[in-house]
Amino acid sequence: MTAQAFLFYAFAVLAVISALGMVMNVRNTVAGAMSLVITMVALAGIYVLLEAHLVAVIQIMVYGGAIVVLFLFVVMLLNLRSDDFPPRRQRLMKLAGVAIGVFALSTTFRLFGGLPEPPLLPEGYGGYREVGLALYTDYLLLVEMISLLLTAAIVGALILAQRRIG
Amino acid sequence: MVPLDHVIGLSAILFTIGVIGVLTRRNLIVMLMSIELMLNAVNLAFVGFNRLWPGEPGAIAMDGQIFVLMVIAVAAAEVAVGLGIVISLFRNRSSVNVEDMSLLRW
Repeated sequence: MTAQAFLFYAFAVLAVISALGMVMNVRNTVAGAMSLVITMVALAGIYVLLEAHLVAVIQIMVYGGAIVVLFLFVVMLLNLRSDDFPPRRQRLMKLAGVAIGVFALSTTFRLFGGLPEPPLLPEGYGGYREVGLALYTDYLLLVEMISLLLTAAIVGALILAQRRIG
Repeated sequence: MVPLDHVIGLSAILFTIGVIGVLTRRNLIVMLMSIELMLNAVNLAFVGFNRLWPGEPGAIAMDGQIFVLMVIAVAAAEVAVGLGIVISLFRNRSSVNVEDMSLLRW
């Protein structure tokens, strides 16, 4: 096993364990958000192994640095201690979750062994230059639409979270 | 060399964990975090498949990673709006339990 494959499996196990920790942890929402950070950072490591360096950096900056901090901020703002709600309608939802999980896993695991070997990478793959070139030439319209979406989201978040006066 | 079918398998496992989180938890904030987890699983699949088809020298194909950047931007917008909704619901109901938000439910 090469060092890259070993690192991949280490990051994968870390990501799955911390994702499970986030979903299963019913006592402490802050700990759940921290588990989410670990998952994001492990995924960024896998992106580096897949030669997606810019995406890895942005993953850590946006997910680890902004989104999870936003979650933590809201959890602490609302002063939530535990969400140990009394169980109701739980069994049906758990069954549905397991059924969807089995379906997703079985469809994906049919791919196993069916994917070809990844080819050798051309020079510059995953770097700032190539991603930026593609972003600002072929996908310029997409970038503009995303900027509109972000503006709308800012306005929406401000209006939703503001305190009503009067 | 990273085994790509295992990357896709990891993506499926993470997505499944996210689905189970959305369906079984009733804390709105944890449900939003599970949605983030699902988006991340999809991003991982995008990056993996882009590694599989990287284009050629002179015509490097970065489409998968561009989509990942777009998904990250949409996720950020979604979290901002979603948490705004959570805060305003908490102000009205003093709870983040989805069972308490049944006004629009049949």
